[in-house]
Formats: sequence, C-alpha cells, structure tokens
Amino acid sequence: MKIHEYQAKEIFASFGIPVPKGKIAFSADEARNLATEIGKPVMVKAQVHVGGRGKAGGIKYCATPDEAYSNAENIIGMNIKGLIVRKVLVTEATDISHEAYVGIIVDRSAKKPVIMVSAEGGIDIEEVAAKTPEKIHKLHVDPILGIKSYQARQLAYKVYSDPETAKQAAGIILKLYRCFMEADASLVEINPLVTTPSGKVVALDAKVNLDDNGLYRHPDYEKLRDVAPQEESENEAREAGLSFVGLSGNIGCVVNGAGLAMATMDLVKHYGGEPANFLDIGGSSNPDKVVTAMRIILRDPNVKAILFNIFGGITRCDDVANGIAKAVSEFRPSVPIVVRLTGTNETEGRAILAEAQIQGAETMVEVVTKAIALAGVA
Amino acid sequence: MGIFVDKKTRVVVQGITGRDGSFHARQMKEYGTAVVAGVTPGKGGTGLEGIPIFNSVAEAVEKTKANTSVIYVPASAAVDAIYEAADAGIQVIVCISEGVPANDMLKVYNYLKIKGVRLIGPNCPGVITPGVTKVGIMPGQIHKKGSVGVVSRSGTLTYEIVYNLTAKKIGQSTCIGIGGDPIIGTNFIDCLKEFQDDPQTEAIVVIGEIGGSDEEDAAAFIKKYVTKPVVGFIAGLTAPADKRMGHAGAIISGGTGTAPEKIKAFEAVGVPVAQTPAEVADLIEKKLVALYKKKSAKKVIAKPKPAAKKSVKAKPNTKKVIRKAAPAKKAKATKPAKVKKSKPLVTSRSSGKARLKKK
Repeated sequence: MKIHEYQAKEIFASFGIPVPKGKIAFSADEARNLATEIGKPVMVKAQVHVGGRGKAGGIKYCATPDEAYSNAENIIGMNIKGLIVRKVLVTEATDISHEAYVGIIVDRSAKKPVIMVSAEGGIDIEEVAAKTPEKIHKLHVDPILGIKSYQARQLAYKVYSDPETAKQAAGIILKLYRCFMEADASLVEINPLVTTPSGKVVALDAKVNLDDNGLYRHPDYEKLRDVAPQEESENEAREAGLSFVGLSGNIGCVVNGAGLAMATMDLVKHYGGEPANFLDIGGSSNPDKVVTAMRIILRDPNVKAILFNIFGGITRCDDVANGIAKAVSEFRPSVPIVVRLTGTNETEGRAILAEAQIQGAETMVEVVTKAIALAGVA
Repeated sequence: MGIFVDKKTRVVVQGITGRDGSFHARQMKEYGTAVVAGVTPGKGGTGLEGIPIFNSVAEAVEKTKANTSVIYVPASAAVDAIYEAADAGIQVIVCISEGVPANDMLKVYNYLKIKGVRLIGPNCPGVITPGVTKVGIMPGQIHKKGSVGVVSRSGTLTYEIVYNLTAKKIGQSTCIGIGGDPIIGTNFIDCLKEFQDDPQTEAIVVIGEIGGSDEEDAAAFIKKYVTKPVVGFIAGLTAPADKRMGHAGAIISGGTGTAPEKIKAFEAVGVPVAQTPAEVADLIEKKLVALYKKKSAKKVIAKPKPAAKKSVKAKPNTKKVIRKAAPAKKAKATKPAKVKKSKPLVTSRSSGKARLKKK
C-alpha cells in the first residue's frame, strides 16, 4: 500500500526520525492559515501517490502566507501523471547545505533487507543507480540479528566526513531500519536527507510503502489508505476479497488464481484482443464474489465481452456457475459472456450454465478466441 | 524418487481441525499420502478419520515419526507454525497459508537456512509426486506419474499446464508450487538442482511470472548446472507496472521484473519459452522426443529390458493408445529412432508397456 509523504513523516516521527513541522491542507485558504501559523517561509507540496512531483511543478517555495495561498491554489486540482492532487502538505522551509539519500528495501534474491545510502541525494536515485552505481553504498542486514550500531556508523561515514553529522545520520539509519521492520514496510526512503547550515540532519522528504500482508497488525495504518477515484474499483474488489487491476482493453477476464489470470490476459493479447482487466476471484468459490466481479467489470464501458476461465481445485465449478447465473439474471448484461469450467464439479457447473443459457468453452484457448470473436474486436 | 516428497514422507497437518486443514487432510489421505498426525493446540487426544491429533508438533513427531508438515493455519499464526515445525525436527515444511508478512519471512528464511530445514511456500499449492504422495491442495487426479519435473510460482496456472501434459500422456516426476510471495523458502534454483539430480526426472518445466529476478537467477543456474532439457513459461506480459497482480511477489517495480526480461534470460540459455500454457506440453514433447532419439542412438544394441522399464513413465491409460500401439512390431518399441513424428513416439513407447502387459 502506498501512503502520502505527510503520512510517512508521521510514521517516521513516531520512530524518532527528525522531520520538519508541517500540516495538511485541502484548500488554498487552509494553506494560507497554516503558513501564517508556522510564521516562517514554507514549502507547499502536492500529496499524490507518484514520484516526480517537483518536476511537475507540485512543490513550491513560499516566502509569505499569500504565496502559500496562490501556490496551493495552483497545485490543488493539478494532474500529476494521471493523478489529481486533492491536498497539499504545508511544511516549514529548511535551509540546505547538503543532500543525501537513505533507503531500505527487501533484496528478494539475498532474502535480506538492504540499506542503501548515497551522498547524491535529492535526485532520482534510480538514475544514480543506473549511471553511477559506485555512488550508492549498500549493506545487507541479517534480519535475525538486526542492524548493529557499527554498521549504521560505517554507512554514515561513507557519506559524511564530519563526525557530529555522521553520528546523527547513523542514529537516523538505526531508527529507519527499526521503522522498516516494525511498520511492515516494503520500502522506506529519505530523499533527501538534508544537513542544515547549523549542522542538523533532517528527513526533508519521506516515502513509505507498506506490505499489505502486514496491515492486519497495524489497524492504525489501514486508516492511511487514500483511494484515488480511478482506484475505486480496485478498492471495492479488495474489500470483497477479490484482486482486481483495471486496464484499457475490451475483453473482461474473470479467473481463479493470479498466475492463471495473468496467463489468460496474455492469451487474450496473443489472439489479437486486449484485456480489460486482471481479476482473480481467489481460492474460495463464494458465488457472491462472482457477482461482485461481474458488477465491477460491467461498469467499464470499454468491455465488449467477458470471459471466465476457471480451473477448479479448491474452487468449485458449480459455485462459480451459480454466481455467474445469479449475476446474469441480476445485471442482464448486454455484452456476451463465455465460460470455461474445468476441474472440481465441472459437470454440475456446466449443467447450471446450460440451464441459464450461458455459452461454454472447453479449453483456455477456446474461451479466449470465442470471447474475442464475440466482441468483434480482433 | 521425485523430489522433496516421496514414499518415505510422513505428514503432520498443522491446523487439521480448521476448514481447509480438515478438507485437505482427507483429500491427501484419499490420494494415498501417509497422513500420520494432525496438530491443533487444545484438541490433543482427539482425531480426524483415524488421524490422531496432538497439541504440538513436537509431540506428533515423537509419537508418529512425522517428517513433513503441511500448514493450513491463518496467516497471523503461520510464522509461529513454521518455527514450531522446524524446532520439532520436521525436515520438509509446506506452508499453504496466504498473507504472511514479507519481513517475517526474511527472519524465517534465514533461520531455516541455519537449521537446514526445507520450507516450500508460503502462499503455495504444495508438492505432489504423482502416484506416490501429495502434500498440498492441488487436485490429485489431473496428475500422472512420469518423468517431467514441474516447478511454478503459481497454483491454478500450474494445474492448467499439468492438465495439458497429462492430456498428452506426459507424466510428471514431481510438481512443486513454490508460491507467489516475494520471500519464499524454496526458489527455482533449489528445485532445478534437485530435478537435475533426480534420476526419475528427464525434463523440467519452469513456470515463472513477473516480479523479482528468480527467473533470471534460474537461467544463470541452468547454464551452469542443468543438463536436462528445460522448457519455460512466463505469465504477465500484459501486466502494467507498479501494480500487484494478485500475488504479493508479482509486481514490476522500478522497471525491473518484467516478462520480456525473463523470457530473454531463458532464451539466452537455450530454454524455449512457450507463448501459451498449452504450448508448454508441445515443447516438452519435442524435448523428450529429441532426448529419446539421442538415448536410443547411444544404445544401438539396446537391451529390451531398460527400454521397457522406462516406458512405464508414459503409461497408457486409455485403450485407444494400446490399440494404436498394437500393430507396432515388438522390436520397434526399442527403436524409437525409426519414429519420425513426435506423437507416434509416445505411442511407440506406450507400446512397450502394452507389450509388457501382454506378457
């Protein structure tokens, strides 16, 4: 789950990582009031789940509360990479004498968290990694032992020569590691980690991605979920226990299992169609899930045909067939539907479909090619 | 034979009284798996269809000599269940549970590495050595005993591919679903090594998907170590970037982990990648035909016995094949080199079995 910078900064602060003071504003008026309250020059920062906000004009320096007003007015409603800005962070402006980078992610091959630091902060770290990888220092941490103070010091001295600055940075690295593990993050990043002219080390920006699988033990983080309008279907699916990702194609796909769902989308493309979505109904075969799946897909005006590709294991084909029959009688869809059922209780499932006069297909290839033909898109 | 699970496998089911646990304990037993114990804390002393239930894995191991565990507990209890099994002396742990936090798995993985315990999963369908034992949730009846090793990050996609193999009468030595999470106990490389060393396995299918670099690592390992033919499949060519595609591990992030990269890595080491799931069986058939031709060329004066023995793997289970095979001359069964097309080869190998039966 992605969260906003201001939310990430709240999490950082709860682990003792120094962050500049700031508050969230939903309107230009609120931004002016907050700037007045802070009583110093401020930054107004767009809060959207995407990188490159600065380049897009979503981050502005404001010397006065009136400037905060006008900048916030410009930024709220701005479209950054397809996402509309609905709120801004108003935060005290910080003088900068140095910018560094600190980040922690999981190294999937090494099966360890890896801490990355670089003296080249404030810019796109992926660009640094691609062009000058030697400027990024990495440390794999043994997750059983956790990070040791000396390791944090070693990393800090790669970036800072001044002992006092290095000491502060090492402290931040230790806290950031704790935050990464305890918050069940899949990524934590400070870019830039700045040194002020007075020698204070502060996290000027904050990025935290949370592991969805860890959210059950952080009910307070679940509240941080901010659903963009175009993600509403994904959210509705998630709440119903489905996994859905919307795409721009014309063949709706309902499949059980993530791998089979991806392979089905690929097969649609292979035979000249375009998948409208990824949808995995999961292992359980509750007919209501199928109804929700249909409701979500039918909402998409681009969809010209819907295919079901079900390989029954734990999922029972008759349950899915019942769900399809129920959804068809409830929604009376105008687009054609083709269903492939194989595996557990397939005979019962096919009988239900036949009674409801829903088209069947024997194989995965057949269901895909039939759906494309019926959609008349290839 | 086969890998990870075989006839010596004695299974303890953790979470046996739960909905999934009890259902699959029955299914496994029905398949022929030696399900020797169940564990549900607080339900010790009871039983499920003759399977004794214990309060702890340690007690189950002590009383029943269980050596393999399969975990069906909720995600919030799964990590504890894995540690419990490992500390009780279980050698192979199969964790079916979905939703285990990745940062917990980092600790689990590194702990089990020290202990020398094999973990398969989490978030996986399990392992099956067809005709011998099944430890997991896959439908047993779609599998067929044979010589193709299958390893996959997916569940139902694996069933689809196995179904196609079996339909072509190509049996499997062992099928493993390693799981769809970013941190899993057993990776492609671990399975590839075991399959390479397993005498029953003649060819290998690797079913990958977007996210991470396990397929790239597998390709490098194949180049270095694997001499048996390998066929690949990668799901997720149409997946958008930065979106989790169902599996926690199936995500293209920072522009890496894409399907084209993985396909390229496989093809660079001579592993053909099927364009559709159904094509996997075709490619494997071609590989096996080539392999048998090579083998029979080596054994010009082939003894009929080993050839007949090998044909067990392509055991015909329909009369049609036997009938088809019947006109084949006995001698032909040991001379597959004469066979031109791929299909008749399978038939001719089947004829060996048919002949054996008639004897």
